Amino acid sequence: MRVKCTVNGEKHEIDDVWEGESLLYALRERMGLPGSKNACEQGECGSCTVYLDQTPVCACLVAAGQAQDRDIVTVEGLAGEEKLHPVQQAFLEAGAVQCGFCTPGLLVATHDLLEREEQPSDPEIREALAGNLCRCTGYEKILDAVKLAASRKAEAAT
Amino acid sequence: MNTPMTPSPARSDQRLDAPITGRGWSVRDSGRGSHPDTSQPIARTAGGGSRGPDDVDNTVTRTGLVKATSTRMDQSSHSGKVGESPLRPDGTLKVTGEFAYSSDMWLADMLWGATLRSPHPYACIRSVDLTEAVKLPGVYAVLTHEDVPGENLYGLEHADQPVLAVDVVRYQGEAVAIVAADHPETARRAVEKIVVDYEVLEPLVDPEVAAFGDMADDVPRLHPDGNKGGGPEGQGGGKNIVRHLPIRKGNPEATADVVVHGEYEVGMQDQAFLGPESGLAVPAEDGGVDLYIATQWLHVDQKQLCRVLGMPAAKVRLTLAGVGGAFGAREDLSMQAHACLLALHTGKPVKMSYSREESFFGHVHRHPAKMRYEHGANRDGKLVYVKAQIILDGGAYASSTPAVVANAATLGVGPYKVNNVAIDGYGVYTNNPPCGAMRGFGAVQAAFGYESQMDKLADALGMDPVELRIRNAMAEGISMPTGQVVDSAAPVAELLRRVAAMPLPPEPQQDSYDLRQLPGGVSNTTHGEGVRRGVGIAIGIKNVCFSEGFDDYSTAKVRLEVIGGESVAMVHTAAAEVGQGLVTVQAQIARTELGVERVTIHPIDTQIGSGGSTSASRQTYVTGGAVKAACEKVRGRVLKLAAERLGRPAAALRLDGDKVVSDADGVMAALVDVLHEDVVEETVKWRHRPTHPLDPETGQGNAHVQYAFAAHRAVVDVDVDLGLIRVVQLDCAQDVGKAMNPDAVVGQIHGGSAQGLGLAVMEEIQVTDGKVRNPSFTDYLIPTILDMPPMTVDVLELADPHAPYGLRGVGEPPTISSTPAIVAAIRAATGKDLTRVPVQPHHII
Repeated sequence: MRVKCTVNGEKHEIDDVWEGESLLYALRERMGLPGSKNACEQGECGSCTVYLDQTPVCACLVAAGQAQDRDIVTVEGLAGEEKLHPVQQAFLEAGAVQCGFCTPGLLVATHDLLEREEQPSDPEIREALAGNLCRCTGYEKILDAVKLAASRKAEAAT
Repeated sequence: MNTPMTPSPARSDQRLDAPITGRGWSVRDSGRGSHPDTSQPIARTAGGGSRGPDDVDNTVTRTGLVKATSTRMDQSSHSGKVGESPLRPDGTLKVTGEFAYSSDMWLADMLWGATLRSPHPYACIRSVDLTEAVKLPGVYAVLTHEDVPGENLYGLEHADQPVLAVDVVRYQGEAVAIVAADHPETARRAVEKIVVDYEVLEPLVDPEVAAFGDMADDVPRLHPDGNKGGGPEGQGGGKNIVRHLPIRKGNPEATADVVVHGEYEVGMQDQAFLGPESGLAVPAEDGGVDLYIATQWLHVDQKQLCRVLGMPAAKVRLTLAGVGGAFGAREDLSMQAHACLLALHTGKPVKMSYSREESFFGHVHRHPAKMRYEHGANRDGKLVYVKAQIILDGGAYASSTPAVVANAATLGVGPYKVNNVAIDGYGVYTNNPPCGAMRGFGAVQAAFGYESQMDKLADALGMDPVELRIRNAMAEGISMPTGQVVDSAAPVAELLRRVAAMPLPPEPQQDSYDLRQLPGGVSNTTHGEGVRRGVGIAIGIKNVCFSEGFDDYSTAKVRLEVIGGESVAMVHTAAAEVGQGLVTVQAQIARTELGVERVTIHPIDTQIGSGGSTSASRQTYVTGGAVKAACEKVRGRVLKLAAERLGRPAAALRLDGDKVVSDADGVMAALVDVLHEDVVEETVKWRHRPTHPLDPETGQGNAHVQYAFAAHRAVVDVDVDLGLIRVVQLDCAQDVGKAMNPDAVVGQIHGGSAQGLGLAVMEEIQVTDGKVRNPSFTDYLIPTILDMPPMTVDVLELADPHAPYGLRGVGEPPTISSTPAIVAAIRAATGKDLTRVPVQPHHII
């Protein structure tokens, strides 16, 4: 089948999509957007988190066909032309990235959290990111990164 | 040091056994220093679109990031020398999604590989019928062992594992046949159409039977020509023993006032890296193959592949693709040989990428252990003797079992001074999943045993467990159970004191509660009733680098030249960056030794000599040592050039700030003006000091390069009615010799501690009758951000005079002591014995 959707503001049209293909496969293998990661492909690790019409979803659990006429934003769509998004910059500076395989999903999840809650508390951050597994960092520096991004966003707003 | 760390206040209350020559610093979980903002442009690469081997190198220059780190280090003319915490050179690519991991490799005409695996832990293969699989449209190849051109065996220490099974399968998940097709689903369907006729056999699943009962006729010999790692049968080597290592020291008849016995078990832990086994094999015009792969040691992969493919090393070229974590699970081959076989057979690039379920069958795990310990001590708490038997289940193939046995046995008493030791370490073959390397590598299992015993002994003596440990703490100058004399800092007592003195979290409030702070969390299982708090402390020891006489070297090429009007250093090694930050440290070393700002890390590949394994906490030590040595040679040549051109003796000159500097007269010349058109390049093969084999009868010998130590204190809340556990706080003190990159060191300690927490309370591959019951992240649980508590980390830097910069391996020690500390805390909260990890609810209620 043919699927048409918008990804990171660009219109995509992909052909010969097999009915069983996930949105994650379509992004990674058909659209040249491998930033969303294939760590578990069963909705447990959050590494493939993308926005589907402004709602964060695990792209591995969405059939590619369900993306028809939908608007998708992936990790590749977070940064501006010249500059990283504050959430990306914070993860980089706080040391929240080691192997980095969980990072794309955590960035989208954090982006979403800070859209909903400008200054989340530690328990709120933990709850919001509980669906994103990381095996390298022990999460301490991820927590730091989220708080750093929140404070940067607050500074920018004043 | 200008880092975001909070320096620890001077501690006047410390009682020191020996003067502390290094300095300590600590970092709290919160209250980090401010991060200077940067409005500098960040380097970007072209994203999306076409990707292929030409584009897949993750070479990253520091363009852009140079400015960002300069802002951080504004007191320094240089950014990111040794001891500072510059940002990762690959970090920007990782946060933009553009970093090319092994599963991201892509070529327009590539095929997808898939693997048929045995459903049985032990069976004979009567026949394999490929007819229907081959007929499926879109299928390009279906291969079995008959299609392997070279030797159909591989293995890290003993080549005992078939690339594709021949007439027997020895574990559930063993590869039998492989398929290449034009779509991954077609490949999977073709796999399902292969018909294998198995004669199912009774699996050998009890490691004790494998170790001691194997003379019985009904116990199968799993490797007919095997037992390559064991001694002769009847002399500590049976028909299923991979290795038996006895350690004998002192008086075997020693007696003591107080004796405690214990039997302990460690479950099978999985490394659970997030990036699945994956890679892309591309057939080359010269008849060879180029493999883009996530691994821990390119050259050991290459060596095994050459044998399997029947090709010389020049035709089997490997390039490291982005690695999504490793933790030991990428030491053995997984899909490497399969992808190369399919690519060479079809003449097309072949990508393989395991699903999470397949990943659980695609790599070795941490050895489960059964341990019996006997500790004898005098009334004053001084240890008199330790006796132990440690049985490690290696599963169906040897992998790195011999070395895991050596670690468990040689480190089996822990970081304590004991004069009389009798330890027997066994590694055995069974039909359980193969086990091999995982962070901590044998030392993890032993630590759960000896630290549980130390707590038991403290209880029997009526002594504080920290005091008992300090009374028996090893120190520099003591003789290990192997007879090796410890010849650098061993601040065991100091680490224990530091971790014990850290502030405790506030007691839980009786009158108000937050569900998120309670065991069971928002499942609303308690409002505080039945919740008991416990505190536990433990310490561990780990050897750093490869041991027992292994020729453990690394190779580094360093080139200094002028590019675009700037002096630029290029560092090339084959040492695998797996997320730990080795590329960052290599650049720091080059900046420190060559006084340049711009450093490029060359793609990591087999075009240069081996970098050795990214394991055993060894890469910063050995590859760091090689990079340092290569830089020193380059610097020597550059200073000689400068001396000739400036008419000064080379000894009076040094390199700093991209300039040639004289201490007497300051800046003499810009480095670019000294270099001109010259390219100064040196390649160095660097070794740490030699080690020696262990005596096979007594386990005596100078087998280890360096010892490393970490201590943890855990605070837990346990709902004793439901057996639910919440780790409230987990603090760590570790000696790292020299913190090459303090932020990265703390990151290693956080991550290692989390994996130890996982083993303590949740992580286990459930194996029943040789079959894995939980091969998914739904059923195999690793800690989430809700499970991981805040950490206070205290880092000591007591230089090891034998190591580059005085550094000590960092990666593994924090994984070792966190598990026993958490279990000790649960015991304190519940009063239960708890002799098995992971601790499960039914152990508590």
